[in-house]
This record gives sequence, structure tokens and C-alpha cells, in this order.
Amino acid sequence: MKETQQENLTIAPDGRPQSEQPAWRKDFPIDSAQDNYVARRDFTKFLVLTSFAFVVGQVWIGLKSFFGKQESLPSIKQITSLKELKVGETKTFSYPNTEDKCVLIRLDEQNFVAYNQACTHLSCPVIPDPKAGCLRCPCHEGLFDIKSGYPIAGPPRRPLPRIELEVKDGQIYAIGVEVKMV
Amino acid sequence: MSLANYMQFFIDPNRCIGCQSCVQACSECDTHKGHSMIHLEYVDRLFSVQTAPVICMHCESPTCAEVCPADAIKKTEDGVVQTARKPRCIACGNCVIACPFGVPELKPELEIMMKCDMCYDRTSVGKRPMCATVCPSQALFFGTKEEIEKLRPRSQPVNQFQFGLHTIRTKVKMMVPKTTQQTHIDVTAALEEQPIDKSFSLESLISNF
Repeated sequence: MKETQQENLTIAPDGRPQSEQPAWRKDFPIDSAQDNYVARRDFTKFLVLTSFAFVVGQVWIGLKSFFGKQESLPSIKQITSLKELKVGETKTFSYPNTEDKCVLIRLDEQNFVAYNQACTHLSCPVIPDPKAGCLRCPCHEGLFDIKSGYPIAGPPRRPLPRIELEVKDGQIYAIGVEVKMV
Repeated sequence: MSLANYMQFFIDPNRCIGCQSCVQACSECDTHKGHSMIHLEYVDRLFSVQTAPVICMHCESPTCAEVCPADAIKKTEDGVVQTARKPRCIACGNCVIACPFGVPELKPELEIMMKCDMCYDRTSVGKRPMCATVCPSQALFFGTKEEIEKLRPRSQPVNQFQFGLHTIRTKVKMMVPKTTQQTHIDVTAALEEQPIDKSFSLESLISNF
């Protein structure tokens, strides 16, 4: 702190010098120069406490990922029956939660695929086009391969999450979600 | 960027003609954003049309800042008591009650206190405050001490005020006739009811009970 600033200090109403004033006057000074001044000790305190908070946060995240692994198995959900879905037809459903919209496509007699309908670019719902062999996102003209779910054109870079299916006793069931990052 | 030491503000209520120019000009200042911070007061409305402009006196020990619980009012190195800091002010109105001159204004719709800051955006770059530039009778004068001595040979500047037992020294100076022997101005003299003539503190309150 400069000497000149010390001289210009606001005098307390009782007129006594700064050294005789209570401690709160030093903490809440009226002069803006003193108010803006950050002591080295305060700055160090801030740095130490902030780094400590970061460390605590990292440990918490680590513990959460270590103990939070045991997620419950995805439920099995009946989508439709083989009779109801003809070749080349599609059916929308929700899996595993009601807000996760998915689409089931029957490619031929034996092959079925199902994908999460949210485009991996900006989550617009993709429209399946089994004749062209692709799923099309109308928002930004994104195209996904219908057999693998991989992007083939447009802005999306990640494949659509694939819903694992099982056919049993003429019924189609969703049994899991396979999320691929690349 | 700060206010030059030799530039001073002088108020000469004798010369005020009540034209409201300062009130209008004040709202033009960028730091007030359309709000006029000048109070143009009638001295004794029943018997006289005499008015007096009230601007912030910029106390050496600002009472408004002393009472602020949110630490929002600060004084810059050049002695200008700035308006409330927006992130800190809680619009409690303590400063409005505490100010001996009745300067701060509470803006409940903006949740902030606003007060005259001597047009800090102008004065800190060498311009005169809005009110002083427009005042036709120069009741509000912003200039050097030599200038005011030359312009008002019969007046002298006083910057000491008395509020009860509380002595206030201010940055802004009030022009009084040289014939008066008084070294200070009694702020409460015009009040109908005089303040209690004894020191009032928390200790005395406690000892009474």
C-alpha cells in the first residue's frame, strides 16, 4: 500500500487514529482503495481453500464412480409381436424410460433393429427409411446407416444408441441398450 | 482518472433562483441514468419563494457509508463519496435516514440507493458537473478557490457543519457572507424540533435501563 493512501484514510466519527479503531473498520473500510486492496494472506487463504475444495470434489467424484457402478440391470420390455410388425414396417416405443423414445425396424423376416430415436447431433428425432436403408434426421440432414446405426452423412459423429432385442415365442422384447461412443 | 484537487464545488444558496435547471440537467448525467439526484428545496415555503439546491456534500467521514450494513458506499481517494455499488446495495435505506443533509434517494423499483456523485464520469476527466454547467446564477459553482474569491468578494466558503453534537466536515463548500462570524453552519437550525442536546450512544441507552 502506498504512503499517500494511508494519509487519505477516512477518519472515523470518534476521531481516534486507525490503530485504536475496532477490527471491523479494517475489514470494511470506507475508502475504495483500501476496499479493493487484497492482502497476500487473504489471497493465499483463497488459493488454499479453493484447491482444497477441488480436491474434495475430485475425491467425491471418484468415490461416486467407484461405489455407484452397481447399476440395476435394464428391464425387459415387450415391444410388439411378430405378427403385428410386417417387413419394412417400423414401430416407436419407449425404453428404458418413458422419455427415451426408440424406434423398432423390421429389416426382413429374421432381422430386427431398434435405435434410440434422438439424433446424436442435437437430439432431434430421427425418421427411419427402410427402403433407402437409412435413418434420416430432418433438422440438419443427418443420415445414419439402418443396419449399424453409424452416421453416414451430416453433422452427427456418434452412432445411435442401439437397443438390444430378443425374439421369443413370437414376441419382440427390448433387453438392453448398447451405447457406442465412436 | 480522478478529480483534480484544485477543483472544488461551491454552493451559494443566496443566488438560487429556483429555475430547476440543475434538477433537469442532473438527470442527463450518465452516472445517474435518467434519475435526477438534486433536491431543490424551498427554505420556508409559506413565507418565501427562496429555494436552495441540495447536492451531496461529500463528507470527510461519510455517515451514509458508516451506517451501510452492506459495505456498499465507498469514498475514492479524491474525496468523492460514490453512489452505492450495485452488487452490494441491499436497498435497506439506512443511508437515507442517516445522511445529515438528506441526500441519498432510495429507488425501491431498482433495489438500489442512488446519490449525487459529483458527476464522477465528468469531473474525473476534467469536466464540470452537469448542475454547475447549467446553473444560470452560478449558485452551484465548480472551479478553483481563486476563481470563487474573485467572483464573490463578499462571501467566504465554509465546509464545517453542525448536526446536533456531530461536527461534519465536507468536501463541498457552502458560501456564507463574510460579515458572519460563524465558522460552521447548523444543519438543524431550520427544523421545528431540535435534536436532543446530548450525546446519544448505545452505552448511554444501556445505562438508562
